[in-house]
Amino acid sequence: MNKPVIATASLAGCFGCHMSFLDIDERILDLIELVEFDKSPIDDIKKFSRPVDIGLIEGGCCNSENVEVLRYFRKNCKILVSVGECAVMGGLPAMRNTIPLRECLEEAYLNSPTVAPEDRLIPADEDIPILLDRVYPCHEIVKIDYFLPGCPPSADLIWEALTALIQGKPLRLEYDLVKYD
Amino acid sequence: MSYRDILRKYKKDRTRLIDILKEIQRAEGFIPGKAVPAVVENLGLSTAEVEGVISFYHFLSDRPLGKYVVYLNNSITAEMFGREGVLRAFEQETGCLWGQTSPDGLVTLLDTSCIGMNDQEPAAIINGTVFTCLTPEKVNKIVGWMKEGRPVENMVEEYGDGANAHELIRAMVSNNIRRRGPVIFGDYAPGKGLTRALEMTPECLIDEVKKANLLGRGGAGFPTGLKWEFCRKEKGEEHFVVCNADEGEPGTFKDRVILTERPEMVFEGMAIAGYAVGARRGILYLRHEYTYLRRYLEYILEKMREQGWLGENIAGRSFSFDIEIKMGAGAYVCGEESALLESAEGKRGEPRDRPPFPVQKGYLNQPTTVNNVETLATATQIVVHGAGWFRSMGTPVSAGTKLLSVSGDCERPGVYEVEYGLTVKELLEMAGARDTLAVQVGGPSGNCISENGFGRKICFSDLPTGGSIIIFNRSRDLLSIVSNFLDFFIEESCGWCVPCRAGNVLLKKKFEKIASGRGTLQDLREIEAWGKIIKSTSRCGLGQTSPNPILTTLANFREIYEGLINKEADFIPDFELEKALAEACALTGRKYQEEHHHA
Repeated sequence: MNKPVIATASLAGCFGCHMSFLDIDERILDLIELVEFDKSPIDDIKKFSRPVDIGLIEGGCCNSENVEVLRYFRKNCKILVSVGECAVMGGLPAMRNTIPLRECLEEAYLNSPTVAPEDRLIPADEDIPILLDRVYPCHEIVKIDYFLPGCPPSADLIWEALTALIQGKPLRLEYDLVKYD
Repeated sequence: MSYRDILRKYKKDRTRLIDILKEIQRAEGFIPGKAVPAVVENLGLSTAEVEGVISFYHFLSDRPLGKYVVYLNNSITAEMFGREGVLRAFEQETGCLWGQTSPDGLVTLLDTSCIGMNDQEPAAIINGTVFTCLTPEKVNKIVGWMKEGRPVENMVEEYGDGANAHELIRAMVSNNIRRRGPVIFGDYAPGKGLTRALEMTPECLIDEVKKANLLGRGGAGFPTGLKWEFCRKEKGEEHFVVCNADEGEPGTFKDRVILTERPEMVFEGMAIAGYAVGARRGILYLRHEYTYLRRYLEYILEKMREQGWLGENIAGRSFSFDIEIKMGAGAYVCGEESALLESAEGKRGEPRDRPPFPVQKGYLNQPTTVNNVETLATATQIVVHGAGWFRSMGTPVSAGTKLLSVSGDCERPGVYEVEYGLTVKELLEMAGARDTLAVQVGGPSGNCISENGFGRKICFSDLPTGGSIIIFNRSRDLLSIVSNFLDFFIEESCGWCVPCRAGNVLLKKKFEKIASGRGTLQDLREIEAWGKIIKSTSRCGLGQTSPNPILTTLANFREIYEGLINKEADFIPDFELEKALAEACALTGRKYQEEHHHA
């Protein structure tokens, strides 16, 4: 039997959830016995090369590229998991949601005291993604099958959830794994 | 009056902060930022505490308001009976947009949650005066008078019935008493109950109330005798009796009528409670919306002092008891007893953690019994007529009578005193309701029942209610009713618990998604699951009941929701990329083209 295939992406996040994933330490050796990685920053594969079983999404959507990547993942993954606060709720980037986009951009690129007068310009280069009106959690854009809370979710939480999914076992999360105060 | 004079008057009493702020607002038209340091210094509080109180209450404003401030009720009944037209008329006649102050400073137009006039909507409070049954024509007239500078009290042309016409009230409010029962509207001679109570020991008195099986009339139904007993047994420097006259549940207005027509019975009940628990002081916490009753109630208190029913050595005995009135400032959550106590202490009306319960640590951390207006009035009659008399009415579990505030689609909206055990169907007939689609029992926090439930009984073991009954006929759109109720809870959440503060907003968004036809079965499941989470993880009754408009309509009118959802689709996003990008595209002059390099 082929090993299950995993893909991961970091959208509007800080890569902290990926770092937390790597915190599984030596269990990474068990992991590569259990699964294969496809598109992911972990192996630096840029494009999907085959159908994927589990997609792990870090971060919410703050721009056009995030939405495209997320939809692309949904199309190629059987199961999609929101990993961490930003994917689940929008997280820290969503703090801008209470401020109109125009004000955010004006503050950052026009009115900030650290912007030199000659540099006052809202970036409009064709190569950069276009910002959304606000930051969206992933489940408002595509169907998400599972949610792992935390900022970041601990390595143990990610490990337990992932292995349960791979082995088709019921997920039992100890209270300590989902307690954040 | 200058700030100094106002502050001097209240003698550094921290519990009077709300009164102080109200008085500053009365003098200045609003609470200017420059007044805050004086208050802070005088009361020894922090700036955040004072500003926190100002921002918490709906009727306190740190921004300048117009000479006339219109607070138009936005309850569902107001909407049903022409609020939209009234609102437009105010806007047109004043040239002022809703939510704003006119450029000439003449008028401010604002919304407010239910003001306890559901039987005579649309209604508004303008500079403290209540205007009922508003129409666009009446608004034209009122705004004309505003332009002439006429004081609001001179805009009331006809007074309502009963004490509404008393020179100290002079309100156009009608009592609309449709059915007089034997308890609240039965024979009553002031002082009789108190005299009888004082002939008993406090323990015997409590026993009598327990035997009567009097359950709290505010909605929760806690046994009153037991509450008094707990309070009496608790040790403290001083015990307190607090009367909860903060009926804010949309659709309830029975306490308004009791306080207008039976204030002595309520105050006497407070004195009886005071004797039972060992209190010398009582507080009537009166909701801001009923400010128009205050002078009259003060007059009744004074009269009762003169007659010897309040004050020192009542009825020649060693028992002394007096009552002061404390005003709310506009917050539904203050109807919750621990929030009410916070507010009575001059703080933000945020519910407390329980335990300790108010009977243990209530007002100023002292043992306090908090009882509803109707409960206290009923207690007076129980003492006069005895527990047996009381239990001969109603059902075995729910003894006695209940005042119902009936509004909505019926011929005879108003107050009905009925025995517990009455069926909804019987009530509908009594009120002259026809072609009824749904009945909201207990207000938005209660239960929305369909025809299948009209045989159910109004009592604690079947359909409990604090008194609010709103009737909807078949011409009404149930979804807009639910939407109105959800907005109410979003507005009134105190914000302390995240599930209530944020959850109710998410619930509303999800509801709108379903209502717009973009929902799936999964959305229906989620809205139900989220509702249950909000109920189980909020600490006070507001959050614990706020999802009820959705949960009870899902239970009783499920077909409406199921008709709206797309049963084939697995997932429908509530998101359109082009729309979400429009603002940034406009700001940068760019056009969106999907990138294909991901594929």
